[in-house]
This record gives sequence, structure tokens and C-alpha cells, in this order.
Amino acid sequence: MSLSTEVREYSGVTIVDMTGRITLGEESGHVRDTVRGLLESGATKIVLNLAGVTYIDSSGLGELVSAYTTSRNQGCEIKLLNVQAKVQDLLQITKLHTVFHCLTDETEAVTSF
Amino acid sequence: MTDCRKLRLSLESTLDSIDAAELIVQRLAELNGFNEDQVHQIGMGVRETVANAVKHGNAFNLAKRVSFDAAVDEAAFEVTVTDQGAGFELEDVADPCEGDNLLRASGRGLLMMKAFFDEVEVGRCAGTGTRVRLVKYCAKGAS
Repeated sequence: MSLSTEVREYSGVTIVDMTGRITLGEESGHVRDTVRGLLESGATKIVLNLAGVTYIDSSGLGELVSAYTTSRNQGCEIKLLNVQAKVQDLLQITKLHTVFHCLTDETEAVTSF
Repeated sequence: MTDCRKLRLSLESTLDSIDAAELIVQRLAELNGFNEDQVHQIGMGVRETVANAVKHGNAFNLAKRVSFDAAVDEAAFEVTVTDQGAGFELEDVADPCEGDNLLRASGRGLLMMKAFFDEVEVGRCAGTGTRVRLVKYCAKGAS
């Protein structure tokens, strides 16, 4: 299952709804291209909605970390929304839960910036 | 191992091989009574191992192969993956959870293998490259 993304705006926050797997190859590249495009268009608050993402491998995690650091270096903040259980487990194993701000409610995510 | 199912494959150094290896071990684990979480963990650990072999070991070189052996019985699920790369030293692998390493884009594969399998052995094979052996013991019904 490949990765699909849809971008929308909500109260000045850019929300990226993601569905599928984020793994080594095209899927990771898709995340990179999407975030890069948003940064180029001037986004400063981004929420990656992972409600539809049930599987991320180490390359996918690396891509999320790259998105986080690249955005931060450009004055943009990235937060994660609706992280599924198996992905949450990975964030715990890799201690990336200490890096990412993860939320479960979209309104709360939008107002948290 | 008694009543052991075995599988040996020679994989191309491609992204498709990573997906194929993951699907094969997941199916094998399902057929042998592993639960959903265990099947997921076996698939993910094998995915990371084959991805390392294809990407870092063989560097996507189509002239190099990845040797893949799986064996499962009532006691354990065992996978051995061997590449034809230059190899690496385990002590050179940085802890991805430590300090600034947390923000590195790579280096988490070995950590994930160790999280999902009971035994992880990494060794060098004379003339072939790196060999990784993974073992997950069967605790049927447990996660």
C-alpha cells in the first residue's frame, strides 16, 4: 500500500492527512517532497495527521525526523496527530516520543501552536 | 528443530525484495500460529534486516545478492540474512537514542531488530559480507 497525502488549511495551520505506509523508497520520498513543498510555500505550522498510517519503518521514521529538523531550521513547527498504536510503539522504542509533540485531537493540535 | 519448515531464497538488491521478504515471513509466521502482534514484529524486524542488506550492504548493486534463510518450528522462528557488502563493525554503530543521535535521519534499524526479536547476532562472513541472524521464540498467544 503506497502513501497518499491531502493538504488542507485550518485556522492558519497546515494539516497533512496521510494514508498508507511510510517506508524506504517512494513513500519516504513522498513525505520529503510534501514537507519541502509546504516550507517553500511559507507554511510555519504543520500538523501531520497519521490517522491513516498503520506502518512506518526506520526509513519512514528517519524521514519524519528530517522533516522535523528541516522545518525547525526554517522557523516552522511540525506536530503529529492521531499516531496509531503500532507507530506509537515505535516512537517509544526509538525515544522519538521525546522529540515529537503528539496529539489526539485536531482542534487541540491546531490551538497548541 | 522438529517438524521444521525451512525456506531459502536468493534476493535481488532491490526495494521489491524488502517487501517480498516481509510478506513471506509474515505468511510463514501466520501459518505457524503466531499472533497478530508477533507477525507484525517478525515482519518489521525482517524488513529492517533485508533493507540494511540491500541498501547499506549491497548498495542496490544488482550484481550482488541477498541470501535469505528462514526456519520455523514449534520452538522458534529463525531468519538469517547475508549480504555481499563490505561489512561494518558493530561498535561503530551509534546509539540512536542518545543525545544528538535522536535527530539523525538513519541508524534505527538495528535497534528495531533487537526490539522485535529475542536474539540478534551480527557477524561477518569471509568472502560474502555481513550476516544477521534473528531468532524469535514461540510463546504462542503472547505478544
